[in-house]
Amino acid sequence: MLRFVIRRLIGMVFVLFVVSILVFLIFNVIPNSPPAQRLAGKNATPVLVKSIEEEWGFDESLPVQYVTMMKNVFTGELTSYSPRIPVNDQIQEGIPATFSLSIGAGIIWLSFGLLLGYLAATRAGGWLDRALTGVAIAGISIPVFLLAPVLIYFLTYKLEIFPNGGYVKLTEDPWEWFTHLILPWFTLAVLSIGFYSRVLRSNMLDVMNEDYVRTARAKGLSEGRVMTRHVLRNSLIPIVTLFGLDFGATIAGTAIITEVLYGITGVGYYAAHAISNFELPPIMGVTLYGAFFVVFINTLVDIAYAYLDPRVRLGASAQ
Amino acid sequence: MSAAPLLSVRDLRVGFATEGGLLQAVDGVGFDLKPGEVLAIVGESGSGKSVTAQTLIGLTRSKNSRIEGSVKLDGEELLEASDATMRRLRGERIAMIFQDPMTSFNPVYRIGSQIVEAIRAHKGDVDKAQARRQVVELFDSVGIPDAERRVDDYPHEFSGGMRQRAMIAMALALEPEVLIADEPTTALDVTIQAQILRLLEDLNRQHGLATILITHDLGVVAEVADRVLVMYAGRIVEEGTLDEIFYDPQHPYTWGLMGSLTRLDRPRPHRLPQIAGSPPSLLDLPEGCPFRPRCPHEFSKCPQEPGLEARLSEVPDHRDRCWLTPEQKREKRQVEGQIGLEAPQEAPRV
Repeated sequence: MLRFVIRRLIGMVFVLFVVSILVFLIFNVIPNSPPAQRLAGKNATPVLVKSIEEEWGFDESLPVQYVTMMKNVFTGELTSYSPRIPVNDQIQEGIPATFSLSIGAGIIWLSFGLLLGYLAATRAGGWLDRALTGVAIAGISIPVFLLAPVLIYFLTYKLEIFPNGGYVKLTEDPWEWFTHLILPWFTLAVLSIGFYSRVLRSNMLDVMNEDYVRTARAKGLSEGRVMTRHVLRNSLIPIVTLFGLDFGATIAGTAIITEVLYGITGVGYYAAHAISNFELPPIMGVTLYGAFFVVFINTLVDIAYAYLDPRVRLGASAQ
Repeated sequence: MSAAPLLSVRDLRVGFATEGGLLQAVDGVGFDLKPGEVLAIVGESGSGKSVTAQTLIGLTRSKNSRIEGSVKLDGEELLEASDATMRRLRGERIAMIFQDPMTSFNPVYRIGSQIVEAIRAHKGDVDKAQARRQVVELFDSVGIPDAERRVDDYPHEFSGGMRQRAMIAMALALEPEVLIADEPTTALDVTIQAQILRLLEDLNRQHGLATILITHDLGVVAEVADRVLVMYAGRIVEEGTLDEIFYDPQHPYTWGLMGSLTRLDRPRPHRLPQIAGSPPSLLDLPEGCPFRPRCPHEFSKCPQEPGLEARLSEVPDHRDRCWLTPEQKREKRQVEGQIGLEAPQEAPRV
């Protein structure tokens, strides 16, 4: 177990290093006015621009700038250009909103995805299965930027069921927190509900042909028990991998569009803002935060795997 | 002969609706299984032996299957029984073990708990600890060493032979009246095969457990069977006692099976004997005798399918489906001094 964690930590350092290099290079390659010029304002004197350049280190070579930036990242001194605010504080401030959105959406897509997939698989070929296939494909096909405005228009503006965007802290008012998040949760979850139900359905249909399912029937188990204890249980193993990847990606960035559309001031909202203002430090900070969570959650998934599939346990101890 | 049959199958027909039409996997199979008897069903892959066995416990029931005929257990008709009745009966009165012990246990649960699950599915009043103790005893009785510890192992921690023993332990857990063993030794290596067969034989003798043994291996049959059914293309082509089938086989297909047994006590042939051709597609059976295309003894009567009849007046229970007279058969089945099926005329002789 210790070796496993150490290996994962080394892997994580490597991932973060590669990601940071890529972000830094991309930012310096895309067409962009010199940051010092923008910071100095429209009618700045060359002297002012020069002094800003020196102060921020923009006159140094790229490798030196990179090292300075990474030093700031790890000492928590990374600040955005304008206004000069510590990136760490901004990310920390956004985390509760982003986590509320992602975790809620994750719970919704997992439970609905599994429920619909189970129903479709146990009634494969029937009318319900066909109907659910249609619903799933519709869910996968609708883009978030279309779904969100449509929901907002009908449910918030026309019917006035839900509050009009924004985020209320859980600690402030749990009910308001909940009602403000219902639409964003579903917006974010719809695609995955469709996808997960399809994946679970096909997994279950595969597992139903396994010999041990026939054994389970031959020992006289009820059909419900055969389906849940034997078919569903073994079909969940690949779903866990998928969920780890998707959930990590949601926290790391998939939620950006949803946060912007619903005005949820989370990390994604902050990132979107930073991108449109060409602010490298926040982009770097948010990207590393995202990469960290993707790796972290996938490590949790690997640990969960050992619990879900005893054959993996043997492999780990044998190493 | 006098004992009433425990299991009585009459004119069993099992078909599956496929895209290519109705596939008649089992066509008019009938037999009796008496208490304490070991009945072997022999045939190639696709001869309908496994479908027959699975139909007995209702595992072939589905929207696409057509099941006709009669299966009676102790006088009770099973083909018309409700799904719930069949479920209670599975494991409790008729237990089944399968070919591949590697894939027949669910890999994510401990072996012991899978057997506990079987016990508790039928006996709700047995608690887990009681059921577990029972599993330990069962493991002991089927020869799994260190049973107390091994019940908590996962399937991948068992060897193939041990898994098949555990499978047998599971089948015995509820003291069934009938055991169906579907190719129980096929996936095992030869020394383990012998051990498993001996175990099945002991169980049959000690508990009087009526057993249906499905196999394609006549060597296995010779070890344990009392009576033998030979199946081909969903039909029984010959049935009789073990001695009748081995010393006086009547159907050319049976000769072929006997001839393809490799024997260590004779000089090795240049080529291992085999039955030429392959079994016919069940969707496109030849007219008349289904074995006709592969049979070197085909003659003018074969385009009409023969019935399953006793053709030897002195043994009424030895029946077969071949038009040849017993005298012709006695002569034609001799190939190089032993029973076998000649190579077809057009093929070069060895």
